[in-house]
Amino acid sequence: MDYLLILEWIVKAVVILLFCVTGFAYLTFYERRALARMQVRIGPNRAGPSGWFQPVADGIKLIFKEELIPGQAYKPVFILAPMITVFPALVILAVIPWGAYITVFGRQIPLYLTDINVGVLYLIAIASISVYGIVLAGWSSNNKYAMMGGLRSSAQMISYELALGLALIGPILIAGTMSLMGIVEAQDPIWFIVYQPIGAIIFFVASVAEVNRAPFDMPEAEQELTAGYHAEYSGMKFALFFMAEYVKMIAISAIGATLFLGGFRGPFVDQVPILGPFYLFFKIMVLLFVLIWLRATLPRLRYDRLMAFGWKILLPLALANVFLTAVVLVLIGG
Amino acid sequence: MTSDFLLFLVLAVVAVASALSMLLSRNAVYSALFLVINFATIAVFFLLLGSPFLAMVQVTVYAGAIMVLFLFIIMILGTEQLRQDETLPWQRPIAIFLGVVLLVETGFIIYSLGFQQGILPDFRSFASGYASPADIGILLFNEYLLPFEITSVLLLVAIIGAIVLTKDQKS
Repeated sequence: MDYLLILEWIVKAVVILLFCVTGFAYLTFYERRALARMQVRIGPNRAGPSGWFQPVADGIKLIFKEELIPGQAYKPVFILAPMITVFPALVILAVIPWGAYITVFGRQIPLYLTDINVGVLYLIAIASISVYGIVLAGWSSNNKYAMMGGLRSSAQMISYELALGLALIGPILIAGTMSLMGIVEAQDPIWFIVYQPIGAIIFFVASVAEVNRAPFDMPEAEQELTAGYHAEYSGMKFALFFMAEYVKMIAISAIGATLFLGGFRGPFVDQVPILGPFYLFFKIMVLLFVLIWLRATLPRLRYDRLMAFGWKILLPLALANVFLTAVVLVLIGG
Repeated sequence: MTSDFLLFLVLAVVAVASALSMLLSRNAVYSALFLVINFATIAVFFLLLGSPFLAMVQVTVYAGAIMVLFLFIIMILGTEQLRQDETLPWQRPIAIFLGVVLLVETGFIIYSLGFQQGILPDFRSFASGYASPADIGILLFNEYLLPFEITSVLLLVAIIGAIVLTKDQKS
């Protein structure tokens, strides 16, 4: 075994995890400031220079909160559920390529953790197990609102997973590979959003529903369900749910940028490979802004309309898109 | 080889323990969760055998779709706790008998194969790229085209059946 290789993997894994965790903290700040601007407010600006220490203050506050476990809760599952929720959110970024190769101390280092030949399937597999934490949190709380939130979210995530999976088939068909590195390489001059505009829109809508963000945040609709599946959680356990939601936002933005917006590709990235991560970071920031913008703009959908939209509009559209892509590819001999 | 073997041993213990816990647990939600763990370990077995495609499909289809629906149904019906009195008393002896038959059969096949061909082939002997997505696709659409099409027709029938069953009777 090459020990340097193992060291390299560990360093890269730690960097990705740190990116997720600090990204989560500063994404909450980004969201609060951006929302405040859209609502003609100022937003948090007291802790540190123009509010930059606000996430730290929030974290310290959450650590000192009292942890409550309801008397009638199913205790082992209640404690495990937040961890099960965070886990898929953190591991899904493992296959996202951040750049090509850089040379450090005479050693070629690829700027991705792993490039497996079933990268896109890995994304679908992890996305499909991410519902467990939420469902189990809702069930183990032994609270009717939490239960309703958990059930709603499982129905919603199963329904939108189909459209999400089908939207991913377009880039796979055009690139002819399921490796994410291959898909990024295939977008060399033209991004896939140009070839796959419908696929990109379907992916984006379905992914907003997958991460339970507004306007699809039915599982935690405050007015109807108090807070949905995490109504009974407090302190750091609540923080883990919060973290899972924001890390998932980062993850779907990274996936969307990789599959449809050219990933780490940008001007001069072939000459200066270190630019790759910065391009990808910029694209993620743009997509995150769109997510925040949606939250500030759109009211929540009614639940039956949400299901009807998923099954009667999004799914047939995604199927038609896959069909059309395949036919066109066969006709032009791609 | 040794690290793979150790990994296999650990996984085998987890797989068997989770399967047993699934059977013995009196709470349906815990049973479902143990089954999820079992499916996940089987996915890792596929990875050990050098077939990431099958591993990912295992996770997506079984752990991600089917078991989520199981949990959904268990929770929506509120039938977490099994009743103590059994409604189908003849089921248990038959299940035990059939289980023993299956176990004996599996053991017999493994041992008779082992005697005929020596030790079973090492899993490293599969060619790299064994069971890659492209290979499976080519195999499905050439050699197994008819079973594949029949399966898809069956699934279509099941979908139509589900829609007809859930249709409102009055309208």
